Amino acid sequence: MCSTCGCGDPELVPVELHEKILAGNDRAARHNREHFVEAGVLAVNVMGSPGSGKTGLLEATARAAASRRWRLGAVSADLATDNDARRLEAAGIRSRAITTGQACHLDAELVHRSLHDFPWRQTEVFFIENVGNLVCPAIYDLGQAASVVVLSVTEGEDKPLKYPVMFRAADLVVISKVDLVPHLDVDLAKLHDALARVMPSPRAIELSARTGQGVEEWVAWLAEQRAPLEGVPR
Amino acid sequence: MHEYSLVQALVSRVEEEARRRQALKVHSLSLRVGELSGVDPELLRSAYELFREGTVCAGVPLSVTRVAALWSCPRCKLPIASGAVLRCPSCALPAELSEGADALSLDSIEMEVP
Repeated sequence: MCSTCGCGDPELVPVELHEKILAGNDRAARHNREHFVEAGVLAVNVMGSPGSGKTGLLEATARAAASRRWRLGAVSADLATDNDARRLEAAGIRSRAITTGQACHLDAELVHRSLHDFPWRQTEVFFIENVGNLVCPAIYDLGQAASVVVLSVTEGEDKPLKYPVMFRAADLVVISKVDLVPHLDVDLAKLHDALARVMPSPRAIELSARTGQGVEEWVAWLAEQRAPLEGVPR
Repeated sequence: MHEYSLVQALVSRVEEEARRRQALKVHSLSLRVGELSGVDPELLRSAYELFREGTVCAGVPLSVTRVAALWSCPRCKLPIASGAVLRCPSCALPAELSEGADALSLDSIEMEVP
């Protein structure tokens, strides 16, 4: 009722909310994060362009992780096909495909649903391979402990400057396919410089899944991220 | 095109709030979108204009406040230009981002209540 005169007419009120539009996703992400932390599982959100080498990185990780006795798991998202999940299974990573249809990114709810009936608790490192895309996945928290962007040397040195939101959110950038550098005009110093212009604390590893260069450094970085979880009873 | 899923979340939040307050009509929405939110305000607006039809937001105008992304040194407060290396040249500390630069929020809904 109108409070000015009590006339019974409807009243126009401003409802102040100041809440995130993605509050629902953030709630689901918190829920996922609680699950991962209490189970002592390191969850890593792996993002990057289509063809940047995300699946190749995980295959190389499987070869290197054996020495650390890590069990690896992954969910792998694409608009269509379960090809990546099958590649990962062949590499020894327990995997499941998430087919997103038209959706260009994963959200926390999709990840949550994919964890049901999947033995993710029996892993030390669990990868969430996002849809190949440098835009949309950046703003959806999935409940991961760390975000990694895979950027291949064929993509151009200024890629970070073109997609600053994605790179700013990354804890690590894996510069992939560095075995191709001798065949390209790419200048890695320029690439590192571009990263320093979008990431206040840039961290990058140059890696080749084919030759194995950088893989040990990458696995050591994962071990560093796992450190806070080491005391969790399994 | 994540703008559609954002608009979907936005409209269902408005519907929920309107129901809760038994609103007769929603009059306007105010959003805040930071320069580094990952969202293009114009794409968001056109997604909203398509999506709002047949919902409580049909015909409801959207006002968007843009928030600039400003970098500075956390210690000496020296401004660091966008596009420069994000490290203070004198303190060597990583630059800090201004508040709201990554905001993507529903600030207020104006509605008619009984």
